[in-house]
Amino acid sequence: MLKQITVTVNGEQHTLEVEPRLLLVHMIRELLNLTGTHIGCDTSSCGACTILLDGKSVKSCTVLAVQANGKSITTIEGVAKDGQLSPLQEGFKENHGLHCGFCTPGMILRATELLANNPNPTEEEIRWGIAGNLCRCTGYNNIVKAIQYAGAKIRGEELPSTEPEFV
Amino acid sequence: MIPQSFQYESPGTLEEAIQLLHQYGDEAKILSGGHSLIPMMKLRFATPEALIDINNIPGLSYIREEGGKIKIGALTREVDLERSETLAKIFPIFRDATKLIADPQVRNMGTIGGNLAHGDAANDHPAVMMALNATIVATGADGPREIPIDEFFYGFYMTALQHGEILTEIQIPVPPAGTGSAYHKLERKVGDYATAGVAVQLTLGDDGMVKAAGIGLTNVNPTPMRAGRSEAALIGKPLSEESIDEAARLASEDCSPSSDLRGSEEYKRAMVAVLVKRMIHEAANKARQ
Repeated sequence: MLKQITVTVNGEQHTLEVEPRLLLVHMIRELLNLTGTHIGCDTSSCGACTILLDGKSVKSCTVLAVQANGKSITTIEGVAKDGQLSPLQEGFKENHGLHCGFCTPGMILRATELLANNPNPTEEEIRWGIAGNLCRCTGYNNIVKAIQYAGAKIRGEELPSTEPEFV
Repeated sequence: MIPQSFQYESPGTLEEAIQLLHQYGDEAKILSGGHSLIPMMKLRFATPEALIDINNIPGLSYIREEGGKIKIGALTREVDLERSETLAKIFPIFRDATKLIADPQVRNMGTIGGNLAHGDAANDHPAVMMALNATIVATGADGPREIPIDEFFYGFYMTALQHGEILTEIQIPVPPAGTGSAYHKLERKVGDYATAGVAVQLTLGDDGMVKAAGIGLTNVNPTPMRAGRSEAALIGKPLSEESIDEAARLASEDCSPSSDLRGSEEYKRAMVAVLVKRMIHEAANKARQ
């Protein structure tokens, strides 16, 4: 039996008829055509489907669309404002924090909540804070730098160098 | 990835939820954080005909001190346990445990009630609750009833919860001064279940004698397990290397791990002994502070 739900996605309200078993990630990708949110596993491990649900990072593959009724969702498409990249988007670009880009939307949404809770995280706190997001390409080091860069930008501090290190 | 179809109900009160459980009968499951149930449904290991979502029932998420007990609402998320100053002050073991449970996104959703009601010996809170001598409150049509933690876990995914009951609260006695607690699990990587996990709470007297000891074991037995003989080896004696070694040896003997991808039975028994020693030392250090 279909259920009617109302959700606010990236500031825009949508009313949808969904089957209770529809996963939130499929609602976002298939009903709303917001295909930045990805699916990388079927065991709630990889975090590629991470979005913000009422400001909290959740794996949208492990939430039912009906559970989002009345709630506010942010996906990667809602992160830039007026064509301006967010500090995290800029940080990932400047620090080469992505290669294939498949984990990047989830990684950026997770890091958004991380920096909102802890604007000046240590390297250890960053690595711990993104432990629910797997990346096959980068080896994580440049993702850590990208998040440090975004943190500095948000705090209004001098931006760390984005020159690659050769060791 | 795709769950089987089901009816979805989202009651606004506990009474309504209990009534719905009766209405749907055995085929209904309670949806709490959803981070054990939905994964099982996606693999079709679980195919409930109805989900009763309790997330929209107000008043099920709290951490408060009352009448010598800490009371935790069943719907309290792992992230709230992780950040609670009340818990950090009285039960340092919660910080040890929550930071080892799953990952940040899962901790934003997963609840302490769900972690216990799932009845999985691989979950971490059951052993912690044994070490802390918790009581589970289950609410059914006839009102709430209290279940001591030692009577809660029956078997593989089986608990003392009856059909039509909802786990609503966890109560933990506030221990006397001179108490410390610690938890650690050996895991292959972040988000993994324990190869072996050990929870310890110790109360030391001014004379250095062990006045009380609680020891719970994670994922080395078909059910969450209390290391009763290990506790007895410590209580009423001064804490010494000999008594700690004895407690470690007994826990290692009494548990019943199965060989699997995380290691052989022999290896897991050895790790139980290592962790029991380490957690007794850590709990004792915290008790002395």
